[in-house]
Amino acid sequence: MASLKPPLPRALRPKPKGPSEDNGHVERGRKDKLADKGISTIDWIDERTSLSGGARWVMFRKIPKGTNWFYTLGSATMFAFLSQAVTGVILAMYYDPSATRAYESVRYITNEVFLGEFVRGMHKWGSTVMVVLVFLHMARTFFFGAYKYPRELNWVIGVVLLILTLFLSFTGYLLPFDQRSYWATTVGVAINGTGPLIGPYLNDFLRAGPEIGVTTLARFYALHMLVLPLALAAMIGAHLYLVARLGTTAPPWMKADTPDDIRKDET
Amino acid sequence: MARDRKQPKKKLTTEEAQIPGAFEGETVSRRRFMTGTVHAAGGIAAAAFTLPAVGFAVAPVFEKQEPTWESVGAIGDFPDDTYIPRTLTLVRGIGDVGKSTVYIRKYNPQLDDEERDEYNEFIAISTRCMHLGCPVRFVAASERFICPCHGGVYDFQGKVSGGPPVRPLDRFYTRVRKGELEVGPRFSVNSELKRFSPRDPGMPLDGIGQYVYPARPTVRKIPGT
Repeated sequence: MASLKPPLPRALRPKPKGPSEDNGHVERGRKDKLADKGISTIDWIDERTSLSGGARWVMFRKIPKGTNWFYTLGSATMFAFLSQAVTGVILAMYYDPSATRAYESVRYITNEVFLGEFVRGMHKWGSTVMVVLVFLHMARTFFFGAYKYPRELNWVIGVVLLILTLFLSFTGYLLPFDQRSYWATTVGVAINGTGPLIGPYLNDFLRAGPEIGVTTLARFYALHMLVLPLALAAMIGAHLYLVARLGTTAPPWMKADTPDDIRKDET
Repeated sequence: MARDRKQPKKKLTTEEAQIPGAFEGETVSRRRFMTGTVHAAGGIAAAAFTLPAVGFAVAPVFEKQEPTWESVGAIGDFPDDTYIPRTLTLVRGIGDVGKSTVYIRKYNPQLDDEERDEYNEFIAISTRCMHLGCPVRFVAASERFICPCHGGVYDFQGKVSGGPPVRPLDRFYTRVRKGELEVGPRFSVNSELKRFSPRDPGMPLDGIGQYVYPARPTVRKIPGT
């Protein structure tokens, strides 16, 4: 008799049919199964982190009428930063921050490494592009009045990002350690030193001594590839959080909809 | 009434505040004590790595620099009516970028009016422009030092004769040893060519400049000069 059969262990029992395969006739393709796997993985993560709510909050925001291409300057700046980060990591694989080897390693990157000149060029020109984009983004914010209440703090964070970007440019300029970068840094440090009273001490801190030397290069390298990018990334996070939290502004030439306009739109 | 309010509140003991399980006369609750302990432990742990790191970063400022003397040739090589360029290693251990040009001539009694001593038998002028530190070049035809960056011009003695520089070109101590000329540490001068401890470019030394821009505590001019 069938009822006398020992019960199957749970793992061997036939699986109950899922809702999408209940009629048993539709042969499910490999693609569908893969999609199911993907969805269930995401569900697994989301059940434990509730990330999807945050993702929806960031991605599906309401944006005002009149939003235009000028509003992409912020993202453009961020992508410039990401490009700097990626090319910078790759350059760091070959670069040697010692005073006697730095120039030689940069020459090696430029002349010997496959695509080295291209990646170094991306990093070098990308830094200029990033500074230009930061200023354009800043100008957009200024002329559109997007710095006004309640977005003042985001303006302040933006200024910090600008300063960090300029610090990155300044510290990065020394790294090839050729005559140009040496003297440009000499001039930059001298400008810094003209601040009364603390200027001379700040100079000594920047150079790690009375002249630009071995320790200056190591110090600039550590600032350029660790301290400043991490600080910049963290501040970008804060900047974006506030953008998502406060929303963007309409361009100044847009007028608020009157109730009549809204009624017209609805009909 | 206002005076009453200003009276300091008497601190309640935990017993008076009716916290269960309080000891007699206890003024700090155990919860407060534990919170304080944990914060203090965290503070100590953070300081344990922060203080050494800050010290490590700032220490080079206070590092003592020993003066070095470098021979640049026989004393007969240097006339008193024009400058002879010589290369000096200003920063050791960084290869060619640590070298710098120094312009040297003999003291000229008809021209130079600063007091003579053992360190200025020969005058060694630094090529670091006192505007922002670019390298200046001596142009023999015009008997002037000219900076390529922002147009600073200095006369034959290194005094500012035009452009943005804030003080005359720095100089180096020189001394004669066994017929050889040796160039030593750098010093700065004000517009009257009075010696000061070395400063960075862009720092004026006339008037209150010497107080507004203090010298490094560890790099001083030779005492008594």
